[in-house]
Amino acid sequence: MSEKQAGFGTADIPQSGVKNQFVPEDRKLILAHLGFSFFSLLIGATAGLFQTLQRTGYIDLPANVGYYQLLTIHGVSLALVFTTIFIHGYLYSGLVRTLGGSFQPSERAWAWIGYYVMVVGSLLAFITILNNNASVLYTFYAPLQASPWFYIGLALLVVGSWIGSIAIFKSYYRWRRGNKGKASPLFAYMAVATMVLWLICTVGVAIEVVVQLIPWAFGWVERVDVSLSRTLFWYFGHALVYFWLLPAYIYWYVNIPRIIKGQIFSDSLPRLTFILFILYSIPVGFHHQLNEPAISTFWKFVQVILTFFVVIPSLMTAFSLLATFELAGRSQGATGLFGWIKKLPWKDIRFFAPVMGMLIFIPAGAGGIINASFQLNQVVHNTLWITGHFHMTVAATVLLTFMGISYWLVPALRGRALTKRMNNLAIFQTVLWVFGMGFMSVTMHVVGLLGEPRRTAYTTYMDSPVAQTWEPYRQLVGIGGIFLFISLLLFLFIIYYLWFASPRVESSIEYPIGEVNEKAQKPPLILERWSVWVGVTIVLILIAYAIPIWNMLQHGPAGAMGFRTW
Amino acid sequence: MFKLDLPRYERIWLIVGTGTLAVFLVLFGFMAFSMGLTLSDGHKTVTPEALQTTAPFDQPGFVEIGPNEYKATMIAQVFSFVPGEAVIPVGSKVHFEVTSPDMVHGIGIPGTNVNMMVLPGHITEATYTFNRPGEYLILCNEYCGAGHHVMMGKLIVK
Repeated sequence: MSEKQAGFGTADIPQSGVKNQFVPEDRKLILAHLGFSFFSLLIGATAGLFQTLQRTGYIDLPANVGYYQLLTIHGVSLALVFTTIFIHGYLYSGLVRTLGGSFQPSERAWAWIGYYVMVVGSLLAFITILNNNASVLYTFYAPLQASPWFYIGLALLVVGSWIGSIAIFKSYYRWRRGNKGKASPLFAYMAVATMVLWLICTVGVAIEVVVQLIPWAFGWVERVDVSLSRTLFWYFGHALVYFWLLPAYIYWYVNIPRIIKGQIFSDSLPRLTFILFILYSIPVGFHHQLNEPAISTFWKFVQVILTFFVVIPSLMTAFSLLATFELAGRSQGATGLFGWIKKLPWKDIRFFAPVMGMLIFIPAGAGGIINASFQLNQVVHNTLWITGHFHMTVAATVLLTFMGISYWLVPALRGRALTKRMNNLAIFQTVLWVFGMGFMSVTMHVVGLLGEPRRTAYTTYMDSPVAQTWEPYRQLVGIGGIFLFISLLLFLFIIYYLWFASPRVESSIEYPIGEVNEKAQKPPLILERWSVWVGVTIVLILIAYAIPIWNMLQHGPAGAMGFRTW
Repeated sequence: MFKLDLPRYERIWLIVGTGTLAVFLVLFGFMAFSMGLTLSDGHKTVTPEALQTTAPFDQPGFVEIGPNEYKATMIAQVFSFVPGEAVIPVGSKVHFEVTSPDMVHGIGIPGTNVNMMVLPGHITEATYTFNRPGEYLILCNEYCGAGHHVMMGKLIVK
């Protein structure tokens, strides 16, 4: 196969052969999710630009806009709203494609109810933040006390996501009933695993918000147990990052093999990988609380051990994906040790953006291991190092993958062309993002080691000598932020074009679903016995959390009053 | 339970990977439980509103408790540290005990390993030996409100 064919061109991208692979009802549902998530992305990125320019000393904010208010909206709109709603839309699209071509009306109805509940909740949270009644950041640590409507908004976002997950479970069991004894399609399996993880972990934050924070914010109870609320938050908070990562992994495992003209390397290992994520991404929240009181060293260490277990499925993923790439390249005639790299479709945005994300995940994942490395955590905790870390993971690895998905999913749903010009512009946009993230996040890591704290407005600490050493790094962080904002506007422009203006086509771009290598072993059916895995997960959670939470309840102080300090 | 096909190279990759992780864990465990290199923690509690009448927080400050050894009783509050400044000799071993009457705060001292979360109702403890002379910045590293970025203190080691 020649170099030219391996690149991007309309002849090279498989077409579906029909105007649209989705029935109009499903199309509307998925587009509604994508649309609201992009709206949220614009809000979050705008707030991100202004807060980064404020904290790095480039601009002063107008008197009626608070730095911490902007930071709150940045975190809530991107980390909570954009991710959750985009993920639902993407998972629905893959389920529809792999489980018979369309949702049943009842499944679609659950998805719509979930969507509206999530949208109402998100808007409620946005409004309370914009009214300056909830500058509590997206982690809303008590005793910062926001308006009760902020917590109600977030609760609705979570409840809506649960309602939406009913559509996922219903369609999966519909397929299982019709295909007894068969392993489910890999995409559907992984979507179910992602939602199982999400249901188990959101229980923690739901208890925190509904039982602790809402009654306290309304004034029905006076005090809140701060330690317990933080523990419930981080029981959820670390699994949350895997809820972002797993859909990216689904794209890498299931969709990309088709894009690179390869095959899915194994049908069992990816499933086992996702099971390991369910088991080990939840009982690990204490690694966010390593420097705080009321949790004994022993239990912190137990959770550090479990945290290291969750590295293993990512090691498996790294191997599987590279093996998939190499086999695809070799099957197209690549020779030599590294010849297969040249065979990969670097000029195809569907591949290029997520692969940039994968490459960034190598140092980003290593940084995560550093953060969890017990004693090392006191060097980086609450410094800009951490901010750099999660911008490389969620805002590069995950987001670049989601952008790569959007670039073909939007035109596929709209029956329009992903034109060569837009493909090339999207590659430029990705390069800009990688550069911006490089400037910003690498610098944040360095200045974090020099002690600059995260989540802090511009300050010189009264011209303290150590704060002066941070100045040159701040300049670079600001420049990175500007690059990122321009890149994001470009992304939204391309999406707007693909949504409304790109030429209509007779045969839309194919929804890429990889085929499993025929030599691959059939997946063991026990991997599909969810009760077993949920049971093991609950046992692990009890081991990691039961005694420390019992201790908090037994020996905790009277609790803290709420304050509004912004 | 079940068998999975695991190619030889993948087996090697996973053995090396998990082996490395295991070595790391043994190292942290040894440092934590044999050498006593643990993180900030604490199990004592106190009523946040009653600090002014509760020892030792009714008299916050750096108190010499032995040769070159200090107990630093500190209060982190919106938006200052009490005491806001202290002077100690080089080589001092400082035992911090910190609490908050209001919000969650943090104590970070750039250039050292001091990194403590301060929760109302709880007392956080950490120990650090200041072997290098200089002016250390004490800053709040957990968001506590509109004045979070001006919440600071100074520790002069000479």
